[in-house]
Amino acid sequence: MIPYLVALRAIVLREGLRFIHQRERFVAALVRPLVWLLVFAAGFRAALGLSIIPPYATYITYETYIVPGLCGMILLFNGMQSSLSLVYDRETGSMRLLLTAPLPRGWLLFCKLLGSTAISIVQVYTFLAIAALFGIEMNAWGYVAALPALVISGLMLGALGLALSSFIKQLENFAGVMNFVIFPMFFLSSALYPLWKMAESSPLLRDICAFNPFTHAVELIRFALYMQFNGMALLWVLLATVLFMACALWGYDPARGMVKRKG
Amino acid sequence: MIQGLSVDRVSYRYGDKVALDAVSFDVAPGRFAALLGPNGAGKSTLFSLLTRLFTTGDGRISIAGQDMGRTPRAALARMGVVFQSPTLDLDLTIRQNLSYFAALHGLSGRDARRRIDAALDRLEIRARAGEKARNLNGGHRRRTEIARALVHDPSVLLLDEPTVGLDAAARQSITEHVHRLCAEDNLTVLWATHLTDEVYDDDQLVLLHQGRILAGGTCAELRGDKSLKDYFLDLTQMPRQSTEAAL
Ligand SMILES: Nc1ncnc2c1ncn2[C@@H]1O[C@H](COP(=O)(O)OP(=O)(O)O)[C@@H](O)[C@H]1O
Ligand SMILES: [Mg+2]
Repeated sequence: MIPYLVALRAIVLREGLRFIHQRERFVAALVRPLVWLLVFAAGFRAALGLSIIPPYATYITYETYIVPGLCGMILLFNGMQSSLSLVYDRETGSMRLLLTAPLPRGWLLFCKLLGSTAISIVQVYTFLAIAALFGIEMNAWGYVAALPALVISGLMLGALGLALSSFIKQLENFAGVMNFVIFPMFFLSSALYPLWKMAESSPLLRDICAFNPFTHAVELIRFALYMQFNGMALLWVLLATVLFMACALWGYDPARGMVKRKG
Repeated sequence: MIQGLSVDRVSYRYGDKVALDAVSFDVAPGRFAALLGPNGAGKSTLFSLLTRLFTTGDGRISIAGQDMGRTPRAALARMGVVFQSPTLDLDLTIRQNLSYFAALHGLSGRDARRRIDAALDRLEIRARAGEKARNLNGGHRRRTEIARALVHDPSVLLLDEPTVGLDAAARQSITEHVHRLCAEDNLTVLWATHLTDEVYDDDQLVLLHQGRILAGGTCAELRGDKSLKDYFLDLTQMPRQSTEAAL
């Protein structure tokens, strides 16, 4: 068991060091949700008028509503970002180093996922702290209860990125992923509007949103932030994590020749 | 063969393109074997199979007595690898790069530190352990990668064109250094190259061309009175001419 943990610590630590060396990325990743929160949300507030739905006990402002979705946004973008860096690693060769370690591939990839998730979570809490400074506060214990929800959601989105990275043949194809994965996932979810609001405009839209695993990640985080447990969301997120992880393992199976490339 | 390295009828194809065609050779323990072949011969493909980045259903590979198909992790644990493309993290120091690698092999704490110091000593770069990899020249970066490949005391060391992009002096010094490591530490070495001056007369020579082994034996015996360069050019150009003639 010990070698597994030694490797885990080193891989997570290395992700941490990388992150310290790329502080601009950290700031950029925070700017995006903060702009949504402080600029867009303010404009939408009057138009929306949110009624009381679980987990909320009273009327809430739109800013308050979108905070969990923006936490999800950080996890989503970071998951894709680390997938991008995996494709890059593969081209530069440091992925080879990782994959030739005498440990099961699944474990090595899982360590990598956990490392990037840990960093996303630091960003999420920084975001929540800034939001609190602007008066958008959650239940105090909710911040603690959200941690497991953030970990599972981060793993799910990281596993999605990992799976995608194994199928993206070249770095240049990465822009496509942005357009076809990140944006639909984010906009067709409960991050910006509750599902009932979606249903008002189109039941089909609502169904798509209800199917989107990102919706469930956001709801899991939302409920946890108010000290409530959403079992359905958890189930969805877990299922999606297992599915994405299986795709990633398949994608990185040596019999498929993952590092195939010229040179 | 119990120790050393053994490749037995290994084939690999990329789609329709055959990159390796029933490649077989053995390297005895403690031998320096040069895998010599022009660009596109299939050297890197073979390295990917030896390090299990790819697997193939055709043929068997064994490293230090461990079968790559049946006990891949035991085989990986006994080998050190220097890949053709550099794999150092340039933002980390030499020591941090080596610690990361040691941890991937389950080594930590004082044991890891001791091994890292020993590996750095072997490549004569311990004095620079605290420097960022980014600040090193190409030759020292390669030395660092070789030191890293030795941290876990492998019995087989694989190097894929380790001198690519280095100036003549650094190239010669690294070539000599690895030959010395092989002789002094009883390390089995497989050194892929397309440059004949990196192969010494006593080395075992495996000549790979268009995915096939053209010749194998001691370098001095194979080349006879020709220079290795002439021998190599004669062999690698002959089949191509004959296929061209046949077309
Ligand atoms: N990903 C790939 N897809 C298709 N062909 C490849 C790929 N990688 C290598 N090849 C081909 O396989 C042959 C062997 O390549 P390689 O093993 O890189 O040779 P070497 O390392 O000896 O230069 C070459 O003809 C090369 O073009
Ligand atoms: Mg090559």
